[in-house]
Amino acid sequence: MLARLTHLDRLEAEAIHIFREVAATFTKPVMLYSVGKDSSVLLHLAMKAFYPAKPPFPFLHVDTTWKFREMIEFRDAMARELGFDLLVHVNPDGVRDNINPFDHGSNTHTHVMKTVGLRQALDKYGFDAAFGGARRDEEKSRAKERIFSFRNAQHAWDPKNQRPEMWKIFNTRVAAGESIRVFPLSNWTELDIWQYILQENIPIVPLYFAKLRPVVERDGMLILRDDDRMKLQPGEVVENKLVRFRTLGCYPLTGAIESDADSLEGIVSEMLTARTSERQGRLIDRDEAGSMEKKKREGYF
Amino acid sequence: MRHAMATKVETAESVREYLAGQEQKSLLRFLTCGSVDDGKSTLIGRLLSDTKQIFEDQLAALERDSRKHGTTGEDVDFALLVDGLEAEREQGITIDVAYRFFATPKRKFIVADTPGHEQYTRNMATGASTADLAIVLVDARQGVLRQTRRHSIIASLLGIRNIVVAINKIDLVGFDEGVFERITAEYAAFAESLGFKSIVPIPMSARFGDNVTRRSDKMGWYSGPTLIEHLETVVVEEEAVERPFRFPVQYVNRPNLDFRGFAGTIASGSISQGDEIVVAKSGKPSTVKRIVAHGGDLRTAVAGQAVTLVLDDEVEISRGNILVAPNARPHVADQFAANVVWFDEAALLPGRSYILRTETDQASATVTELQYRVNVNDFAREAAKALEMNEVGVCNISTQSPVAFDNFADNRTTGAFILIDRITNATVGAGMILNPLRRAGNIHWQSLDVTRKARAEHKNQRPSVLWFTGLSGSGKSTVANLLEKKLHAAGRHTYVLDGDNVRHGLNRDLGFTDEDRVENIRRVAEVAKLMADAGLIVIVSFISPFRAERRMARELMGQGEFVEVFVDTPFEECARRDTKGLYARALAGAIKNFTGVDSPYETPENPEIHLQTLGKTPEEMVETVEHWLNERDIAEHQNDDGGGI
Repeated sequence: MLARLTHLDRLEAEAIHIFREVAATFTKPVMLYSVGKDSSVLLHLAMKAFYPAKPPFPFLHVDTTWKFREMIEFRDAMARELGFDLLVHVNPDGVRDNINPFDHGSNTHTHVMKTVGLRQALDKYGFDAAFGGARRDEEKSRAKERIFSFRNAQHAWDPKNQRPEMWKIFNTRVAAGESIRVFPLSNWTELDIWQYILQENIPIVPLYFAKLRPVVERDGMLILRDDDRMKLQPGEVVENKLVRFRTLGCYPLTGAIESDADSLEGIVSEMLTARTSERQGRLIDRDEAGSMEKKKREGYF
Repeated sequence: MRHAMATKVETAESVREYLAGQEQKSLLRFLTCGSVDDGKSTLIGRLLSDTKQIFEDQLAALERDSRKHGTTGEDVDFALLVDGLEAEREQGITIDVAYRFFATPKRKFIVADTPGHEQYTRNMATGASTADLAIVLVDARQGVLRQTRRHSIIASLLGIRNIVVAINKIDLVGFDEGVFERITAEYAAFAESLGFKSIVPIPMSARFGDNVTRRSDKMGWYSGPTLIEHLETVVVEEEAVERPFRFPVQYVNRPNLDFRGFAGTIASGSISQGDEIVVAKSGKPSTVKRIVAHGGDLRTAVAGQAVTLVLDDEVEISRGNILVAPNARPHVADQFAANVVWFDEAALLPGRSYILRTETDQASATVTELQYRVNVNDFAREAAKALEMNEVGVCNISTQSPVAFDNFADNRTTGAFILIDRITNATVGAGMILNPLRRAGNIHWQSLDVTRKARAEHKNQRPSVLWFTGLSGSGKSTVANLLEKKLHAAGRHTYVLDGDNVRHGLNRDLGFTDEDRVENIRRVAEVAKLMADAGLIVIVSFISPFRAERRMARELMGQGEFVEVFVDTPFEECARRDTKGLYARALAGAIKNFTGVDSPYETPENPEIHLQTLGKTPEEMVETVEHWLNERDIAEHQNDDGGGI
């Protein structure tokens, strides 16, 4: 009697298959490494897919200069430990113009530092395929996206005209300048991610675990004051609170939740009883209706 | 998931136990399909809502959206949960498939919500290709419609064996049992020949939740399961592991000289260390030495696992081959018959060359014969010259190199393929192989002792196919004729294949429709190939209006053998010259399918030689061609690999 594959076994196999398919068919792939929990799972799967070899592609971090410091430390430590090829790109125009979330708002900041930054990096290196950690359960425009998602030479997604995607037979053909965004975690849910992290003992940024941290309440969100670029407004006070993050991005745009979950089991337990979705902590999804789709059409991951 | 709120899990131990329980749940992948406005998205919204998959912030957003775009008056419009694209919410329709995830205490589900509009059939097929069950929605007021039939046929072709007929909006016909019975009978009669294993009809109201997750109190006459009860318990056999071993080689992992592993996902069967296997295409046997996985070698691996195999000896294997059980081998052939579903606005044309992809293999392919098209209303087999978008038909397909495959009925993974357009790279069709065609099997290549190289050397020339393309009257034949005279005088061995002349003989049976134009070019390209093989310099002078066929001709020839010469004369000039009087008649409507008038000419994007004819004499243009040929031959002598003459 042969062992039946578990749900996680199947998800893992599907993701590994996707990684290998890209390595076998594209000239210059890259993995977008954003340091969050989904990226950690993606990294782990990439290491598995090509074992005993290293992943045959570099890892790209598009740094907005507003990421949590702990994320950057974690990123560099992982690159050292696993020996992967890490590329870091910062949009030089954004730095020159001092684009930041406080003066320019989340929309402009995200567009310039993340979306445009990403397009610059992809053009600079000429990547023809880029892995991302997006999941279909995250958001309703992502629920519509293919695993191999075509981008034209301007990096734009045309949601009304996606290529059919039959079985596991992926159409990997692109013309010069065009590319494919590839999402190996498409069919994973947030619970699957945590469950897999627990099962495989995957290292994640400590910010996911509850700890006393200096936070400021602003616009109904708890913002971790990660450095003194964040100026306090009249009436605001920094308080030490027991908080953690369900999702990680730019620190001024990512709300913490009050929590005492300081272990993976605690996080899962908290998640099982959660009444709001993980993206609620992200300002970018609330800015306007259809905002994720709009960003994706412009080239956001 | 959220229903677990009741069983609040607190300690680490209980979390782990809970997760272990989650892992033991089986997964059911299904899709919702059927005609427009039968309530597919509403049904999924209802399922998600009733199984507590919707978070508070999502519900708040839904209520906001319902007020803005909703079609249900004061009520929450659940369709807006799945219609995630702006265009969909604005138009109130589903354009593309959405994947949603939910779970009950008994099972996990991935549901694909697919569009009902005929023009988005390709997106329905996308959702169906990975599903084990289809919920076919039928509006109780409308009964079985054309799209209900089309989707059922596609589901059947794609190998789905379990159907739920959701007879929806039953509240709008007063929960009438008679309506339910009538639609059930109608569907059963229609689906009789589709080979479904189970067809379960359920009367429901997705909007109000009757018989979705909650048994309706308004239909005492119905004693069957609710939808969720059926989805939780339906048996979808996982027999892949019981079938013969198939391992399509996806990626050769060779980090250093000491390691050579074949990576892939086991399509069916199982494999253990020490098992014997055979390489499908070559028939060479070998033995599995290791099953490599991160974290330690495995002793055994089964269908669905992505592994890396190391073999005992150095057999030649590359991506696209299949490692198989020695006692149950797949077909290896370059011709087979298949069901094809066509997705593209440009019709499938027999004779045109496409790229065929299986899970890991790729080959140039042409449809040699369109056996018939299936009428989705009555299953009638209809003769057809082309397969239009959203049509289904049976084709004979010929690939340029042999492919290893199983019949789709035996293996959904190794029996499927997609077709890709060579120019646009669009996925234009999907195919399910019915059986290999034996013609190729019985006609082997006769190996000949005098080689093409020997024949070319004998003539002291480099065989080439100079392919002149351009509008009628652009000057192709004039230049071709003059070029041949000069090459002939210089002692070259040449031949001119002229479009008009060939149509008097070899191609006298062909007309000027798109299908016939494709076949016209295919034949002349094959003839040119034989002549080049014989060592000749072949000058082909054909309008050859389509890029796809010129590309096909190019790929038929050896490396560097094909030289595309674009004889570029503007349409107005050709029409003005009108040496044969054809333009006048075509413009008057007396000739149909005339290139440049009512049939397109696709300009070459990257011809080797571009002859702009305005203001130039034929002699000057011939010089341009000769100059190009000389340059090429000099360049080849400089980095001489011994092959160039």
